[in-house]
Amino acid sequence: MNQEKPLISVKNLSKAYKMGDIEFFALKNATLDIEKGAFAAIMGPSGSGKSTFMNILGCLDYPTKGEYFLDGVDVLKLTKNELAELRNKKIGFIFQSFNILARTSALENVELPMLYNNSINSKDGKEKAMNALKSVGLAERANHLPSQLSGGQQQRVAIARSLVNDPLVIMADEPTGNLDTRSSYEIMEIFQQLNEKGITIVMVTHELDIAQFAKTNIMFRDGLITENNAVTTRKNAKEEISKLPVINPSEVLT
Amino acid sequence: MRIVNLLKIAYRSLIKNKLRVLLTMLGIIIGVASVIAMLAIGQGSKQNIQASVASLGTNSVMIYPGSSSMGGVRMGAGSYSTLTRKDAEAIVAKCEFVTDVSPVVQKSSQIIAGNKNWHTMVVGGLSQYFSIRNLTIAKGNIFSTNDERTAAKVCVIGLTVSDNLFGANGDAVGKFMRINSIPFKVIGVLERKGQNSFGQDQDDIIIAPFSTVQKRMLTTIFLNSILASATSENDIDKAKEQITSILRTQHKLIPSNEDDFTVRSQADIANIFGSISKIMTILLASIAGISLVVGGIGIMNIMLVSVTERTREIGIRMAVGAKGRDVLVQFMIESVFISVLGGLIGIILGIAVSMLVGKFGGWPVVITPTSILLSFVFSSAVGIFFGWYPARKAASLNPIDALRYE
Repeated sequence: MNQEKPLISVKNLSKAYKMGDIEFFALKNATLDIEKGAFAAIMGPSGSGKSTFMNILGCLDYPTKGEYFLDGVDVLKLTKNELAELRNKKIGFIFQSFNILARTSALENVELPMLYNNSINSKDGKEKAMNALKSVGLAERANHLPSQLSGGQQQRVAIARSLVNDPLVIMADEPTGNLDTRSSYEIMEIFQQLNEKGITIVMVTHELDIAQFAKTNIMFRDGLITENNAVTTRKNAKEEISKLPVINPSEVLT
Repeated sequence: MRIVNLLKIAYRSLIKNKLRVLLTMLGIIIGVASVIAMLAIGQGSKQNIQASVASLGTNSVMIYPGSSSMGGVRMGAGSYSTLTRKDAEAIVAKCEFVTDVSPVVQKSSQIIAGNKNWHTMVVGGLSQYFSIRNLTIAKGNIFSTNDERTAAKVCVIGLTVSDNLFGANGDAVGKFMRINSIPFKVIGVLERKGQNSFGQDQDDIIIAPFSTVQKRMLTTIFLNSILASATSENDIDKAKEQITSILRTQHKLIPSNEDDFTVRSQADIANIFGSISKIMTILLASIAGISLVVGGIGIMNIMLVSVTERTREIGIRMAVGAKGRDVLVQFMIESVFISVLGGLIGIILGIAVSMLVGKFGGWPVVITPTSILLSFVFSSAVGIFFGWYPARKAASLNPIDALRYE
């Protein structure tokens, strides 16, 4: 792969929503490059367009105009089916509301993306799913249903699910929005570990302390990218967790 | 590989909604079961009617005197006496396609035996009458050609007549009875034949030699009808044609004249009743078919609700890489599974219901493989047809819209 070329490259990306006769631009001419191996946190107040931007990056939504290259592929020229394949193989998406299937065990949830991947057979799939669950520390909860898991654990199932097809980039839309501080830091710890292994992470958040776990911070305001700075005082999740008051030692991720 | 995965996905989602799947299936089960049961009942009654018509003699051909026309006023068939014994003899002599022929005269009379009396139809015919009508003797004998020649006062009676005049278990053979004051000797009792399909008691009959009834009771040369039996079922039409031309010559009818007689075969009557029971079968089957369609709409209903209810799930599946086609196939597999399994259960239930009706309802039932195949194919088609629209709807969703759905 060409190291010179950025993994994600968007130019003049705009997204308009029609409300009656008025066109409202949630995203205005966003231009941004994200290098391979980056850990970017997209920040901004509510309604600043950061989630819209994220959905387009995750190939879940279409821009009104602009250009988007992911790993050298012109995403906006792909058909619906090709987009589905791209989401399946190159992108791992994590949602604020977890979005894991109810009444389906953690293991089956993690297996899900592989059922839509032709290149993995079901035996390997089960093993890979188990390994992914192990890497987020949920191996012994594999057969639990989402209703039997805490929010933090559910989000870790979602992370395991995003990892199983070995994606190039993990996109997370407010992954800690519904979680308490300890669970949030645990998620950040997993993200930092994954990033060290070379996986690119793009994350939307509106919490300053969470953004400080990333390498760069991108600021959004009124649909425009206003800043793109490297984080100067980057925090290490492992250290931060050890600073938290211990409530239940067994809950601490090791 | 892919289809195995999709089957796995569909199986997992079905197993999570057992009750809903079962209730949806119920519509199809009832639909298929009723189609099979209704067709079995319809087929059964059709065969029943055919059997009872056949008991009258499938090969038999009946010739009735034709309608008369007096100054443009046409009377019904048999209103005018045109047939004579000579016609019957002409048919015997010239027609190649008949085996037995018997002229028939009849009169309804009061019969007295001892202190009992009874009113019934007395039929006069030749000894061939018995074979044409498929009548068999239980006790005694039928009359001989000698009885016919001498106009002997002998008769063969049906079981109903015997029961009413000589008691339920009485032996009628050898006893005497008076028909219109003329004493007759009973020489035989017919085998029980029961009611025919028109509800007529076929055992309520007295059969005497033709000449006896004609000369001693009626004193007329005209016949009520001529009965004949064709050489085989296939020859019935040829026999009818030939009889018609023989009788036209016999009656010296010129081409512009209408026939003054009517030739009918048992098959004609069987056809009429066959078509009646066919209409009944169609009626029953269409009612059952409607319930199958309603069952299908039930599937569509559930699948549509399911699509709406599971919009988020569809969104999640698409977000992790499911193509529209994958979602379509998943929903199709679910609805086809429901209808096919429902169809199979319905077939078993339908057969069971038909057998119960046959056993306890006293109604003849015939389960045909065609009806099983038909209802099964139809129920599967219903599943595919009514599953397709909701599946299509699910597949066409945009991932982000599906995910945002609350």
